Amino acid sequence: MAGLEVRDVSVRYGLSTAVDGVSLTVAPGEVVALLGPSGCGKSSLLRAVAGLEPLAGGSVRYDGEDLAGVPVHKRRFGLMFQEGQLFPHRDVRRNVAYGLETQDLTRAERDERVSTLLDLVGLAGYEQRAVPTLSGGEQQRVALARALAPRPRLLLLDEPLSALDRQLRERLAGEVRSALVETGTTAVFVTHDHAEAAAVADRIGVMDRGLLLQVAAPGELRAAPASDRVAEFLGLRG
Amino acid sequence: MLRLSGAHAGTIQAGPAAGALSVALLLAGCGGSGSGGSGSDGSGAGAGDPAASGTVTLVTHDSWALDEKVVERFEEESGLTVEVSAAGDAGTLVNQLVLTKDAPLGDAVFGIDNTFASRALEAGVVEEYTPADLPDGVEQLGGALTPIDQGDVCVNADEAWFEKSDLEVPKTLEDLADPQYRDLLVVSNPATSSPGLAFLLATVGAFGEDGFEDYWTSLVDNGVKVADSWEDAYYVDFSGADEGGERPLVLSYATSPAFTVSEDGSESTTSALLETCFRQVEYAGVLAGSDNPEGAQAFVDFLLGEDAQAALPESMYMYPADPATELPADWEKFAPQAEAPFEVAPAEVSEHRDEWIERWTETVVG
Amino acid sequence: MDRDRSRLNRLNRLSRLSLRPAPLLWGTAVAVPLGFLAVFFAWPVAALVVRGFVPDGVLDLTGFAEVLSSPRTWRLVWLTLTQAVLGTAFSVLLGLPLAYLLYRRSFPGRVLVRGLVTVPFVLPAVVVGVAFRTLFAPGGALGFLGLEESLAGIVVALVFFNVSVVVRTVGGLWERLDPRTEQAAASLGAGPARVFRTVTLPSLAPAIASAASVVFLFCATAFGVVLVLGGVRYGTIETEIWTRTTQFLDLRSASVLSILQLVVISGALAVSARARRRREAALRLVSAHGSARRLSWRSPKDLTMALVGAAIVGGLMVLPLAGLVTRSFREPDGSWGPGNYVALGTTGERNALVVTVWEATATSLRTALAATVISLVVGGLVALVVSRRPRSVGARRAVGALDGLFMLPLGVSAVTVGFGFLITMDQPVLGVDLRTSGLLVPVAQAVVAVPLVVRTVLPVLRAIDPRLREVAAVLGSGPGRVLRTVDLPIALRSVGLATGFAFAVSLGEFGATSFLARPDGATLPVVIYRLIGRPGAENYGMALAASVVLAALTATVMMVAERLRDERAGGEF
Repeated sequence: MAGLEVRDVSVRYGLSTAVDGVSLTVAPGEVVALLGPSGCGKSSLLRAVAGLEPLAGGSVRYDGEDLAGVPVHKRRFGLMFQEGQLFPHRDVRRNVAYGLETQDLTRAERDERVSTLLDLVGLAGYEQRAVPTLSGGEQQRVALARALAPRPRLLLLDEPLSALDRQLRERLAGEVRSALVETGTTAVFVTHDHAEAAAVADRIGVMDRGLLLQVAAPGELRAAPASDRVAEFLGLRG
Repeated sequence: MLRLSGAHAGTIQAGPAAGALSVALLLAGCGGSGSGGSGSDGSGAGAGDPAASGTVTLVTHDSWALDEKVVERFEEESGLTVEVSAAGDAGTLVNQLVLTKDAPLGDAVFGIDNTFASRALEAGVVEEYTPADLPDGVEQLGGALTPIDQGDVCVNADEAWFEKSDLEVPKTLEDLADPQYRDLLVVSNPATSSPGLAFLLATVGAFGEDGFEDYWTSLVDNGVKVADSWEDAYYVDFSGADEGGERPLVLSYATSPAFTVSEDGSESTTSALLETCFRQVEYAGVLAGSDNPEGAQAFVDFLLGEDAQAALPESMYMYPADPATELPADWEKFAPQAEAPFEVAPAEVSEHRDEWIERWTETVVG
Repeated sequence: MDRDRSRLNRLNRLSRLSLRPAPLLWGTAVAVPLGFLAVFFAWPVAALVVRGFVPDGVLDLTGFAEVLSSPRTWRLVWLTLTQAVLGTAFSVLLGLPLAYLLYRRSFPGRVLVRGLVTVPFVLPAVVVGVAFRTLFAPGGALGFLGLEESLAGIVVALVFFNVSVVVRTVGGLWERLDPRTEQAAASLGAGPARVFRTVTLPSLAPAIASAASVVFLFCATAFGVVLVLGGVRYGTIETEIWTRTTQFLDLRSASVLSILQLVVISGALAVSARARRRREAALRLVSAHGSARRLSWRSPKDLTMALVGAAIVGGLMVLPLAGLVTRSFREPDGSWGPGNYVALGTTGERNALVVTVWEATATSLRTALAATVISLVVGGLVALVVSRRPRSVGARRAVGALDGLFMLPLGVSAVTVGFGFLITMDQPVLGVDLRTSGLLVPVAQAVVAVPLVVRTVLPVLRAIDPRLREVAAVLGSGPGRVLRTVDLPIALRSVGLATGFAFAVSLGEFGATSFLARPDGATLPVVIYRLIGRPGAENYGMALAASVVLAALTATVMMVAERLRDERAGGEF
């Protein structure tokens, strides 16, 4: 089976269990959102997939390959955080180019790719800008461009829009969706906002207390929530 | 070759009195052929080999400054290479030697003084060795330590201050406790400074083991000030150093007045009170366990030889141990020696030093 | 509330980057500094202490009972702690406004003042001691304050020496704090004092704690200043160890005192480490470039700060330094001129020295360069390891212990290290007796400089948001490249500063150097000490002139370090 395959994955911090036997598959080109309240384990699952947290149990496979022994930097994934992730000592171009620098590209090819990506996220011509001069929304766009630049097999987005104001969030959610679709990127998108999840994802997985409650397309989920908890997170109740 | 830089060879002496001294030194230096050539006399295996070879490492204190031309002459004549290693003051030197007895820092030592000599002898850091021709009036210690030079630690007076104040310059230790000299004296701490220790010994020599505390009590009552180091006492508190100090009496050396000679070189603005002195004698010896004992013996001979002895006054500012050595012309005037300095036997010093310092501390510091 | 806590938990988790991915890299990073510390510090010190307890092959611990039951010992402990606590408190108190002025505000001559502030740090204690005593003496400029032979006098001198540590360490972080956090607080209605208390101060806390622990160590082990300014009445554990070792060869008592000193120092370090850990958080750092605003004379806050800063710099630094510089131009005959400086090409009145002062200066520069390279490599590796928080509790404790371990050289007497070298390095290496070769001088200086390098680089490394490293790793960078492209460039700023500090410390080191340097390899502080230890107006004048040269050299080095850094940073930041 191609794409991401998470099977019975558990993540523990000391005695507490953050992710408890979760299984999930993401097909190539598919965007899956993980939805749930703070502390439900969705970010831990994402970090486990990236290789930033060790597995307490289960396996993570990509395109059939078990990633257990593969270090973070060899997984060819992308990662985007809520904020504070741009390298302050590099300008916009060198931030976006970061993941390209380890690839076998000429300088021209690299610059070309950087401007393509900046164009894609609506920041054409921002190459020389210093990070501190960017607004919050611009910073997240740069981070997205940077994550997409090396053509990751899988993009992991950890609440990438949560630090932004509502209006911007809504607009950017649509832009992220189109950027992902346009580049055909497989992605897992973590959020606590059901509207955002619905705007970005092909399917949504609802998590609570380390468990994955239900995975389904947004419409399906809305139509037939598997439990009261799921309905609650979708904003259908309370 | 001596591993000292030659860049300062022929340095112009800045002191006003130095011109005359330099001439005297040159004359004295040219006169002596040095006794280094006979260095292997009295040694075992190397005896009879006129060209002792190899390296002699001299371990000494941080005041070592013998004229390098003199040392170079010794190297040429003896075929030896002299390396100098120096660390800390005289006390530190002896303690380092005691600590490194099993793996000595070098071959020969210079700078063990009579206040620390017994400790060095007891610990066995020096090997028995007596130079073949010990000059008259030079007495060895324990058959291993050969005196090389000496100097007196005495109270110094700011002559100008006394003249201005219309007060007679004190002469004796007793005078210092006289109320008319109240708040005028600054000395240094015997626990942390070598002249301080020497002066404590002078008072022990003068008033006896049981009497020195009473004397110090009278000094304290008379307002004596104690600084922790010589430089502190001399430059901050002593009025004669011209740095704004307020006390005209300071513990220093008998030779210090030579450094305050007036512009025309005719007289010094300070003087040493020769009845308040303790004599420090510096010894040289062969280190036990040396790799090159023959070389070390040759070096001790050299230090006691005419060439080095004559160079001592000018380069180290000490009196040569060999009384036959001719002194620079104006030493009599500016740096006279005490005729009868106070004495305490080295063995006594070694046995009681710590106890005396503790008693001194109780009396003076409280 | 709950949300906040869970976010905090997550942040904590986030910051734990596993050490596993590169055992070789981290193994080397731990082994090299540990080996260095073991051979050139732990072994010599332990050997000397053991010699005190096992004098003749038989263990003798009676020294403990004897020394610990003496009231004098406890008076020394009390004095040591008092002067160290006061010295540290005032250094921090006076250092903060200066750090603000010099790193958060810009004004003409700022680079010069930054250099000036560092100068006291490297002046030989004996020169500073005499300079201050001259001020405090009954006839001196500050005689009316009655500071002679007082605790206050010692504390003033300690602050003079150490305030630059606070200014530099705290300033280095301050200029990189994101001002928007403060602006946000201000916009929420917090007055300047409240913003400082609630936002700025907590963010600066790691750097303050870091600087304070270094200053505390310097104060607790201050030797020359206490000796000269305290007179016979004031002593510390350090001065007592020195006296016991070099003068009495009473290793029995000295060993007990050394252990006592280690206990005091370790206790203080543990307290400061705990304070530091509690405050630690990933900060928002920005480019230092442009974070400083121009000093505005119309802003009451700026004006106050400027006045406070001017008072501190003027009273604490310029006054004693100006006295020193002025005096250095007074010639032996009482007239004014450059005579003392001309004389630096000689060996002093009546051959006080074996080498000329200029030769000693060259030696100093060479030695300091070697010491700087050693301490940057060792200290950089330590900072790197200590900046990581591994996942397992055991490993985390080990990292914490490593951090403390490398601070210890500041808390151990130079005389113990120096004498320890003599008894441990007694086997010739390749036919060279290390003890008398002078080769150990830069090593001994580096041992003292390493803690400063660690403390300077560490806060900046620790403040790097761990997510930066994670993003870099996900983007395909192996551990090596993460170090090279994330940690290194961000730390570079502080590495420049660390270089300056290491160089300055090496230039000024006297204690261990005086035991290990050969007469022909004497460094500048050693010849200054020699010159001032001899009578003669020429020698005294030369000592002062040489001190001014040392001071100027240090200031220049620090200014160059900053310049270099700024230019390089031009493209990066």
